[in-house]
Amino acid sequence: MLNNFITPDLYPAAAELFLAAMACVILLVDALLGHAQRWITAALTVITLIGCLLITYHTMDGQVVLTFSNMFVDDLFGDFLKILLYLAVIVVIIYSRDYLRARSLDKGEYYALVLFATLGMMVMITAASFLTIYLGLELLSLSLYALVAIDRDSPRATEAAMKYFVLGALASGLLLYGMSMVYGATGTLEIGGVAQALHLGVANKTVLVFGLVFVVAGLAFKLGAVPFHMWVPDVYQGAPTPITLLIGSAPKLAAFAMAMRMLVYGLLELAEHWQSMLMLLAVLSIALGNLVAIAQTNIKRMLAYSAISHMGFLLLALTSGVVGPDKHFALNAYSSAMYYVVAYVLMSLGAFGSVLLLSRAGYEAEHLDDFKGLNQRSPLFAAVMLAVMFSMAGVPFFVGFFAKFSVLLAVIDAGYLWVAIFAVLFSLIGAFYYLRVVKYMYFDPPADVAPLEAGLDMRFLLAVNGAAIALFGIFPDALVSLCTYALLRSL
Amino acid sequence: MIPAMEFKTFIFYLFAAIMLFAALRVITARNPVHAALYLVLAFFNAAGIWMLLQAEFLAILLVMVYVGAVMVLFLFVVMMLDIDLDRLRHRFWSYLPLGAMIGVLMVVEMSLVLGGKYFGIEALPGQSLPDGYSNTRELGRLLYTEYVYPFELASVILLVGIIAAVHLTLRRRKDTKYQKPTAQIHIRREDRVRLVKMAPEKDEPVPQGVETKEGGQ
Repeated sequence: MLNNFITPDLYPAAAELFLAAMACVILLVDALLGHAQRWITAALTVITLIGCLLITYHTMDGQVVLTFSNMFVDDLFGDFLKILLYLAVIVVIIYSRDYLRARSLDKGEYYALVLFATLGMMVMITAASFLTIYLGLELLSLSLYALVAIDRDSPRATEAAMKYFVLGALASGLLLYGMSMVYGATGTLEIGGVAQALHLGVANKTVLVFGLVFVVAGLAFKLGAVPFHMWVPDVYQGAPTPITLLIGSAPKLAAFAMAMRMLVYGLLELAEHWQSMLMLLAVLSIALGNLVAIAQTNIKRMLAYSAISHMGFLLLALTSGVVGPDKHFALNAYSSAMYYVVAYVLMSLGAFGSVLLLSRAGYEAEHLDDFKGLNQRSPLFAAVMLAVMFSMAGVPFFVGFFAKFSVLLAVIDAGYLWVAIFAVLFSLIGAFYYLRVVKYMYFDPPADVAPLEAGLDMRFLLAVNGAAIALFGIFPDALVSLCTYALLRSL
Repeated sequence: MIPAMEFKTFIFYLFAAIMLFAALRVITARNPVHAALYLVLAFFNAAGIWMLLQAEFLAILLVMVYVGAVMVLFLFVVMMLDIDLDRLRHRFWSYLPLGAMIGVLMVVEMSLVLGGKYFGIEALPGQSLPDGYSNTRELGRLLYTEYVYPFELASVILLVGIIAAVHLTLRRRKDTKYQKPTAQIHIRREDRVRLVKMAPEKDEPVPQGVETKEGGQ
């Protein structure tokens, strides 16, 4: 009975295995360390991620390899996103060190949970089956729920964790229900198998579309698109800032990969159905995110609404891949979506990094007023924040501009001219609240004159982050062609 | 003589009838401990029905996990809590219409699904299993070969659950007094006993008329 079983090829999954093993090792090593030696745990975590990066880089050969009974796929799309994921998590850990240490939150559990969350994201990125997508998502979500509540004496963080947990569980339920419908209609959970069943037309369309509604709803929940966005502002504001930094950056890569794997790789034949659903979500997100962000005085909450509107743009790019039965535009649209999500992660890291930079022991720089007069306190970091804000607003020659530009081009190519005009109009409205921060930094007297306390590693990385936002804006071709190439080799 | 098929049907109805009776008693029993014990009976009969479906591994698991672990824990909780059942069933009749409505709704939904076109009994007919088929073996084979990746991922998710639960609930109180067994067994004589050299003291002669205490130590 077992004779015809072939041991799965572990080579494509080497990075995942390494990370899982190292997370357990770090958990054990940390148990032996005192509070003063916590830097060893942090260093081991960063070394693990660098190790994963090297493994992924060296095992990357551009071939599409399936392993673990077609549940795991190793392709260039996944490898590229995974490398960006490692870099984002390394940046998150280095930005968070000082803040966590000042509040004695830098426990071993933080590092272990961050690594397990990273593992969850990797599983989502490399999933070739609805089952693995779901398990990766749960691994990520469970780690994030616990991380939001890591400061357990803070009632606000606990409330945010509770909200996140309840709504997240609901979203997982929706997603799972949708997946079960897809399974019922096609008889398989493998993404390739689902695509094949759809192509042959053997599956029951009614059940499939019914399931698709739930899959899209669950996906929108995880991305934080209107009308499934209720958790985003509360969690962003309530969670400790380093956790907000984590939630607001790397998981967007994984959520994008999840959307691509399920909708584009699996359910492309149903594109006409899910594209109209995503269009609705995108338009609502762009409108509501930009309008409500204006009213915010808390910068974390403002960035949360800004994240909602950015996710709207991401969904907009996904809606323009298939026009009628014509899949001609797919590559262009999906690579613009990928470019957008990479640019957004870069900007999000810079934005929350700046919030962390201004915080110090016993002081949270959460209000917009805290950014007043930053130029007088530190011209360099005022310039970094300027780059982030201009880029998020879509001012030319920052990375955010080209991201928005390529998405809008794809949308116009697909023939949705009015949607593009609508998106531009709301981006213009949104520019107000980004530029307000710039005005505070450069033209208002400082409300707080304490010197910045961040360590040298964080200062350096934040400066590099700001420089990257500007550089990828001036020379966008490299990143754009990387995204296109990765997708071309994997579609 | 009764044909084999009919005997199987008879067993099914026997298990089903006992299960329904036990389930009814769970909600009507006056004593909460009796209700919990009836729930055990219901689980046991459900396991019997699964056994009839040749899902013997799941049946054994149901008995071991639910009857053996969960219900015993539940019984402990019921015994420790002082539940006033009369207060609980105080507004039984006012809740009955709502409860009955939910029950009817569930029956209608189930019949819609089972009688429907896509997931009905005709659309998904039962499969006859080959001789010598072992449910346990099949489950084990699938879990450790084809589904090994999701299986391991599920274990990582459980590990994260443990870490999160421990981290969110473990609190060290500063004012608790606790024993450190390692410190206790590593104690040396020198830490506890101090030998003091001192000059011997001579007993003073006891004055007359004063009685000595404790036999003149």
